[in-house]
Amino acid sequence: MQFFGGSEISPSPPTPTTTTGNNAHMIYIFNRNGVCLLYREWNRPLHTLNPQQDHKLMFGLLFSLKSLAAKMDPTSADKGNLGVPQLPGQGCSFHSFRTNTYKLSFMETPSGIKFILVTNPRTSDLRETLKYIYNLYVEYVAKNPLYTPGTPIRTADDRSC
Amino acid sequence: MAAIYSLYIINKSGGLIFYKDYGSKGRMDTNDSLRVASLWHSMHAISQQLSPTIGCSGIELLEADTFDLHCFQSLTGTKFFVVCEPGTQHMEALLKVVYELYTDYVLKNPFYEMEMPIRCELFDINLTQAVQKDRVALLGR
Repeated sequence: MQFFGGSEISPSPPTPTTTTGNNAHMIYIFNRNGVCLLYREWNRPLHTLNPQQDHKLMFGLLFSLKSLAAKMDPTSADKGNLGVPQLPGQGCSFHSFRTNTYKLSFMETPSGIKFILVTNPRTSDLRETLKYIYNLYVEYVAKNPLYTPGTPIRTADDRSC
Repeated sequence: MAAIYSLYIINKSGGLIFYKDYGSKGRMDTNDSLRVASLWHSMHAISQQLSPTIGCSGIELLEADTFDLHCFQSLTGTKFFVVCEPGTQHMEALLKVVYELYTDYVLKNPFYEMEMPIRCELFDINLTQAVQKDRVALLGR
């Protein structure tokens, strides 16, 4: 996956802005250690758990699904054991899953930052959108000299999605 | 072309009752397939908890870099899932066919104990035919 090739911030996101307004339910950004750097919800009628438990459950689910995908990979003969933490980019990783009520799109950067977008189930592939959001993160968060890595994002500049 | 790598059937408690591998390099031994099946069962349940709206019935499709995983859950909680090449079509239909074969050759077998591993010859034979037919139909297009 090309993260750094030809990335400019000014081009508009690949999907038209009209679709993201009604389609996206929530967004999560986690760092390597499971700290939730950003959580925004636009349309979430059902809250099963309190926010801390929800973030932990989401992170745990993604960690286990990545481990499962690496183990179930049918094209590689030698795999680690289940439960061994995988380095970002090592082994096969999933990029989305779909249920009858939502679709979750996932992207992990080489530095271990995980971007998760929960949308309606009819959404098409959102990998380009997630890359665009990663570019926004790089520009406005990572390059912000006042931002301490590992802490939740507090500026208003990253809300452009 | 469109290839199925493997098929799993899990009972309602998450235990693996059937595993068939159709020629992937990542063929798993028994212990690993059991672990993977239980892990999938748990992930399926957790995904229902994280739904933003009510009425979620669990993961139906998982897309990864080198494979897709389609899952079908029957009304009784038995899960059928198949690992296939990315972009393979009509896997939901295949899973429904497998479910029909399961009800015909496994559940109606008087010697089959519920929730136990499937050891029914007719099920195996008909399953192989169904998967082959699927492959031939797709290649013939």
